Amino acid sequence: MAAEESYPEDLKYHPEHDWARIDGDVATFGITWYAQNSLGEVVFYEPPEIGATVSKDEVYAEVESVKAVSDVYAPLSGEVVEVNEGAGDSPEVLNEDPYGEGWLAKVKLSDPSEVDDLMDAATYRDSL
Amino acid sequence: MTELRRTPLFDAHVAAGARLVPFAGWEMPVQYEGVGTEHLAVRSGCGVFDVSHMGEVETSGPGAADLLQRLLSNDVSKIDVGGAQYSVLCREDGGVLDDLFTYRLSDDRYLTVTNASNHQRDLEWFRKHAADFDCEVEDRLADWAMLAVQGPDARGIVEGLAAGELPRRFRTASIDVAGAECLVCGTGYTGEDGVEILCPPEHANALWKAVVDAGAMPAGLGARDTLRMEVCFHLYGNDLSEDRNPIEAGLGWCCKEETGFIGSDPIAQARAAGTAQKLAPFVLPERGIARQDNPVIDIDGEPVGVVTSGTHSPSLGYGIGMAYVRADLTEPGTALEIDVRGKHRAARIESRPLYDPANPK
Repeated sequence: MAAEESYPEDLKYHPEHDWARIDGDVATFGITWYAQNSLGEVVFYEPPEIGATVSKDEVYAEVESVKAVSDVYAPLSGEVVEVNEGAGDSPEVLNEDPYGEGWLAKVKLSDPSEVDDLMDAATYRDSL
Repeated sequence: MTELRRTPLFDAHVAAGARLVPFAGWEMPVQYEGVGTEHLAVRSGCGVFDVSHMGEVETSGPGAADLLQRLLSNDVSKIDVGGAQYSVLCREDGGVLDDLFTYRLSDDRYLTVTNASNHQRDLEWFRKHAADFDCEVEDRLADWAMLAVQGPDARGIVEGLAAGELPRRFRTASIDVAGAECLVCGTGYTGEDGVEILCPPEHANALWKAVVDAGAMPAGLGARDTLRMEVCFHLYGNDLSEDRNPIEAGLGWCCKEETGFIGSDPIAQARAAGTAQKLAPFVLPERGIARQDNPVIDIDGEPVGVVTSGTHSPSLGYGIGMAYVRADLTEPGTALEIDVRGKHRAARIESRPLYDPANPK
């Protein structure tokens, strides 16, 4: 089942509909409820390589629904330290639990001050 | 940009929560609950599609059969009253203008269903050639709404609403369904059993509601596309175009060159000589989803073709599609690669259909 619309307060949001959960100098990335809803049922996600460098505002992965491909943008810069293989095997978790089981990658941040550029939940919600 | 047309069911789609998109000049539902959910409902039960955007051309009069024999690739003389036949409409050089079903309504009255994107062009083509025949060509697009009710439960659902017996596969009959006279056709675009119902536009909402209340799930163009791809039915604009002849498209079976239809000479030549490429179904057994226009490459990295339809198969759970591929590489089992946005994905040519509703894997 698809999740109910929500934008958790503890996350930071990027205008390309990505979220980041900051934990010290590591951030977990994912796509927002709005992004998965626009895409429809997600059927394919290929995680980036561990060790890959990602740059804020640039594409680091793709997710696909039956009908469309969507780029996933990095909300922050850094090095990929962990990926969600489970989301690769069962991409429907992006629809079912976009802020939990549907996380995409964990990144060791190269410039934690970039977090200041991201939106809080209320601001992101207003932007939709 | 001209304003998008709406079918009589537009408000019902909005009320059902459909996502509406522009398609061939129409504002059409691409999905309601979700493409995969709707797809699987059609495979396991019943789905109903609004396909009122499809056009109809009626050809009538003493010369109707002769005109259609001249225009359509199949042998029109083989359609008896109440019969249906698939064919392609070709240019003089054999390029495909459309693929269509023609129903024989009475002795000298035929109804041909066109693709929405080609309807106007088809109509002009019919009229241009009709001058030499004793017949009338009428645009009936505005006179018919069309619902496709498809799936293993489809016939049962429609039977419960119909005043008469439903036509068998590839037959058509005029029957009262849910309170109005409809043209019921034993055809479809999903590989499942079912019917397509042409009804007066003012009856479309009552019919839609009756079918949905009886258990059919509203299904959108997204599921229509994935369903047809699993059974390797062609989509005009993807797998068929003016630049391809029916032989390379694998539609030689519906071309009867001896009838002398427009395009029959080059098509006979293509059949005799073979074509450089052929349309072939493929799967991506490992990872990835191929999309239209992705290059097909052989195991040495040489370009050998192009994907014309590609998706994720909800029934099979992996990427499938069809591609025009160098003819010597179209044997089922042939290993190829598809360049999906820069990533080379392992692909394998398969036989038709990719999914067999009669023998689910």
